[in-house]
Amino acid sequence: MARLEVHIGNLKLKNPVMTASGTFGYGTEYTDFIDLGRLGGIFVKGTTLEPRQGNNYPRMAETPSGMLNSVGLQNKGVNYFVEHLYPVIKEYDTHMIVNVSGSTVEDYVACAEKLADLDKMPAIELNISCPNVKEGGMAFGTSCQSAAQVTREVRKAFPKTLIVKLSPNVTDITEIARAVEDEGADAVSLVNTFLGMAIDVESRTPKLSTITGGLSGPCIKPIAIRMVWEVFHSVKIPLIGMGGICNWQDAIEFILAGATAVQVGTYNFIDPAASVKIVDGINDYLDRHHLASVNDLVGKMIVK
Amino acid sequence: MQVLDFTVRSNEALNDQNHLIKVAPANSEVLPEIRPGQFVQILVDNSPHVFLRRPISVNFVDREKNELWLLIQRIGEGTEKICGLPAGGTMNLIYPLGNSFSLPDRKGKFLLIGGGVGTAPLLFLGKKIKQNGMESEFLLGGRSGKDILQRADFERYGTLYCTTEDGSLGEKGFVTHHSVLKEKKYDFIYTCGPKPMMLAVAKYARDHGIECEASLENLMACGFGACLCCIEKTIRGNVCACTEGPVFNINQLTWLD
Repeated sequence: MARLEVHIGNLKLKNPVMTASGTFGYGTEYTDFIDLGRLGGIFVKGTTLEPRQGNNYPRMAETPSGMLNSVGLQNKGVNYFVEHLYPVIKEYDTHMIVNVSGSTVEDYVACAEKLADLDKMPAIELNISCPNVKEGGMAFGTSCQSAAQVTREVRKAFPKTLIVKLSPNVTDITEIARAVEDEGADAVSLVNTFLGMAIDVESRTPKLSTITGGLSGPCIKPIAIRMVWEVFHSVKIPLIGMGGICNWQDAIEFILAGATAVQVGTYNFIDPAASVKIVDGINDYLDRHHLASVNDLVGKMIVK
Repeated sequence: MQVLDFTVRSNEALNDQNHLIKVAPANSEVLPEIRPGQFVQILVDNSPHVFLRRPISVNFVDREKNELWLLIQRIGEGTEKICGLPAGGTMNLIYPLGNSFSLPDRKGKFLLIGGGVGTAPLLFLGKKIKQNGMESEFLLGGRSGKDILQRADFERYGTLYCTTEDGSLGEKGFVTHHSVLKEKKYDFIYTCGPKPMMLAVAKYARDHGIECEASLENLMACGFGACLCCIEKTIRGNVCACTEGPVFNINQLTWLD
């Protein structure tokens, strides 16, 4: 399946299908369901310099064709990751990429430095788009200046492939994409969740402890595809597209809009084997359309 | 854990709200080991607004018939759809999920306290306790007599006591008001039901120095520890109710703090 191979920065992916941070744990949660080696890559849970307990329950509310979450980056911190999780996941036959988050630029840099030392950590995804933490997170991703600043500082500390995950909660996502490209990002991944909320009408209380949370699932797919298409025409670096991907058709749609690779997110909860089914579906699609490489589809929407 | 298609063998309405659905693996795969307290995640097909699976506890495992019993309360679009599945229909499950009630080797007197549809996992638990050579007593509560489900099934595994809010069956009031709690002494209490009921049961158990486990019904997305949505605050911090639960010893919880 060499024709499924794609490149993101210095990363060579065996296929364009990866799993999104926060929906796939550390991969270990899915080993009963799939052969992780069949994936192009796995973006592990958002990791911060210090351990975090995350937000209070309830953290999840189902919405039409999607869900809101306000997990709030619950994780055991980068040192725990390096000592206890990395030794396990480095054996997986796929790229393991850590999603890095923080409250300050210094947090991001310190976290990235620790990960740069790991042999089998070829890339990080800079999360400047988490809507569920009080400080940092999305705040970095909603202004060009702060997005540029954090990218610039992490770029100095992390010599390997640097992917920046963009927030859709902005007026013009292309400006942010250009700002991080200018500071040396190797790729952008988009989109993180949309800020949303839901109210229980009987109790008249918010369904999330944090009132607002991040919306994901098929309900956001058309907006995510539009944003991928806009960013594709604004930057030269490759795009990793995500937002509501459930099947191979969705993945191809993102690729046609301009994504070189995709991440499957929330749908992993409904079908834990969805990602590998998508790999097979893309392969069949290439056969049916007599295409030599999946790269021939990137941004190749036909406008008549 | 696995994802598997099941065939609905029967779907029986037990009252105006609750269905007992018996399912068996579609291709006659033999059911794996399933422990009392574990749950399944049911895929809801063809329902435009429902996106997530529905976590439902295992009500009973019939090894002879290779059947899984699921007791489901119709409370929204998802459970409505599931309860509409006809015999012969297909149900896709991720299972078995979660931990289980502990079955201590020690001998002792077990009281299993359930409320509403929360009685579901206690039937399978009662069977296992009996298999271990011990007897359970069941204390089940509901709004009225018709809400106390599967009474004949429970009576096969132990003595059944009931409370109803309207007094139509057993003693009138809540489970924690039942006279048996004053008259007898138990070594273990296992409970599942509405949170206020479980809180009252946990308080009773702690006040009387009785070991107590509760099965939680936190809102879940994945059911297997990936999304971190169903967390319960414990003395060890926030943990996933789906993988470290749904059954917790009340000493681990912060309910009574």
